[in-house]
Amino acid sequence: MNLLEIDNLRVAVDGKEILKGITLAIPEGEVHAIMGPNGSGKSTLSYALAGRDGYEVTGGRVLYRGEELNGLSPDRRAALGVFLALQYPVEIPGVTTITFLKTALNAQRRARGEPEMDAMQVLKRVREKARALQISEDMLKRPLNAGFSGGEKKRMEILQLALFEPKLAILDETDSGLDIDALKLVASGVNAQRAGDRSMLVITHYQRLLDYIVPDRVHVLAQGRIVTSGGPDLARELEQRGYAAVVEAA
Amino acid sequence: MSAKVETAERVADLSGEKYKYGFVTDIEMERAAKGLNEDAVRFISSRKQEPEWMLEWRLSAFQRWRQMTEPKWARVHYPPIDYQDAYYYAAPKSQDAKPKNLDEVDPKLLETYRKLGIPLSEQKLLAGVAVDAVFDSVSVATTFKAKLNEAGVIFCPISEAIRDYPDLVRKYLGTVVPVTDNFFATMNSAVFSDGTFVYVPKGVRCPMELSTYFRINASETGQFERTLIIADENSYVSYLEGCTAPKRDEHQLHAAVVELIALEGAEIKYSTVQNWYPGDEQGRGGIYNFVTKRGDCRGKRSKISWTQVETGSAITWKYPSCILRGDESVGEFYSIAITNNFQQADTGTKMLHLGRNTRSRIVSKGISAGKAQNTYRGLVSVHARAENARNHTQCDSLLIGADCGAHTVPYIESRNPTAKIEHEATTSKISDDQLFYALARGIPEEEAVALIVNGFCRDVLQQLPMEFAVEAQKLVGISLEGSVG
Repeated sequence: MNLLEIDNLRVAVDGKEILKGITLAIPEGEVHAIMGPNGSGKSTLSYALAGRDGYEVTGGRVLYRGEELNGLSPDRRAALGVFLALQYPVEIPGVTTITFLKTALNAQRRARGEPEMDAMQVLKRVREKARALQISEDMLKRPLNAGFSGGEKKRMEILQLALFEPKLAILDETDSGLDIDALKLVASGVNAQRAGDRSMLVITHYQRLLDYIVPDRVHVLAQGRIVTSGGPDLARELEQRGYAAVVEAA
Repeated sequence: MSAKVETAERVADLSGEKYKYGFVTDIEMERAAKGLNEDAVRFISSRKQEPEWMLEWRLSAFQRWRQMTEPKWARVHYPPIDYQDAYYYAAPKSQDAKPKNLDEVDPKLLETYRKLGIPLSEQKLLAGVAVDAVFDSVSVATTFKAKLNEAGVIFCPISEAIRDYPDLVRKYLGTVVPVTDNFFATMNSAVFSDGTFVYVPKGVRCPMELSTYFRINASETGQFERTLIIADENSYVSYLEGCTAPKRDEHQLHAAVVELIALEGAEIKYSTVQNWYPGDEQGRGGIYNFVTKRGDCRGKRSKISWTQVETGSAITWKYPSCILRGDESVGEFYSIAITNNFQQADTGTKMLHLGRNTRSRIVSKGISAGKAQNTYRGLVSVHARAENARNHTQCDSLLIGADCGAHTVPYIESRNPTAKIEHEATTSKISDDQLFYALARGIPEEEAVALIVNGFCRDVLQQLPMEFAVEAQKLVGISLEGSVG
């Protein structure tokens, strides 16, 4: 069964059409990668799936577990199990990481009609997940992402993936700005979250991330359309031949 | 309906009424005749069974007030106030009998405070917090008086202190805010009704938090509280005040005077959570809050720290200040001022460095939303003999929406070349990126704004006594409801 079905999706930003008819289906439990050159619409796709203001759907539809996502606010989508790890995680001065995590977790639970967790329960759960990602107690007490290194910010995104346990995880250029050690750590954090009832959409510019997070399918996005799809080998072909050659051949 | 609006409405539904203290207590009141005149002054003084010297003091203030004009320099706009068209004294009739203990207090009054979240029975009170409950022009109950007495701490309504401790009151009253200080302080000196008196003796660390809860209930009536706190040598006291009022379409006047005196080595920490009725979304009603608060660091190494969370009132005109007279004395001012809808706030502080090696710190966080105007106005003044004075000022403003304003008006004067004065100021908006990030993690819009604003205010919220910090954080969120979406 498909967890996500994107059908001929068109999205405009500031009146300019960026996505020009995307069609894509991700079965439950599969990891799909979207690769594409700069400006192909990768981030636009991730923001549109998360429901960000200003990303106007001008055509097509997005079905998530059979339900239309269009028109739902980002917080509703999050409560339904859609998670977006951002390319550039945002700093929130004065709000400690643990406070932010507790607020978000309980907001999602409340929206789903589940009981809220108290501070101790949240802390225990966060600590369990933080250990594997080498996130220190000190980082949890600091304001969210404020003064964090690039690698720390990305690990914090993956911590949230582990904490919220979404059904659909969209990872937008999670590898950008990471050195090889940080990349391995983040990738193993992501792999730990692969599960039969969880699908992932991994958006990346480079093939190297896909050496560590091996996808079931690879799609190439160019000029707002998916021009070709294939297995993990397609990523390696892109790396060798370059986007231009592959896009042209498609 | 957009998802944004839906979210906003859902949150508003969850939290219920935006201003939950807007109810009126139906109780029989005794009032002075309408108007501010000599008769009203005499009436108040006689109702409080004051000694002759107090009446004379009031009358001299009234004579002075008649020659004064209302200050117009603040960045607040309101139609002319008819000072003769209001009541200056209102007290529940049931208080006439002067209840000796809580059992004798009118149950309607106890119920009012219970609804406000301030149970007055000592068993139910927050452990470690003593409360003086002021209802319109009178104090209706003061808790833990006996326990505090054991430590030598005097904590009572000021009307009682005038009768029972006249020497202390005469020695200090009006020595920080003189009778002639300004239009509103002078008016208060003539007609002040009730407030709190605190005296902490030498070397005593006050064993509990002291607090006063001010409630305006009667219509067309002003509240003119007067608070006097004296910390004798090497003593310490932490005091907190809270304030609420019913929802009404008329404006009501609140003109308070607070005087703090810290003698050698003493420290006073004074916190305010001001939540007077702010008026409605159209700017109808709300309290006019014209307040004079000043602390005198009279002795060496003394310290006075003001922390204020100002979320209520249609107009706030308030500058809690420190006179740093004693050498090595320290003054602090931590402020959060939130204005939404049509609220206007002109607030800040004055740090007057008179002594050597005096230090002051100012942290001001102004948040403006809706069509509100929020002004920080502050003075740092270093006098000629104040060698090595230090000041650091941090003024941050946050704007929510496109129709509000934030203004920063710092005055700096230095007559001593050794002074070091630093002023930092920022103005920012909640960024779309921050808001989207919080939303994408499942936090609804109004809650996201409250979270981000609480983060912005963190440095100040941390200064509040533990018991009140959580309440203040919630208040920050509630005050901004309806400001987005």
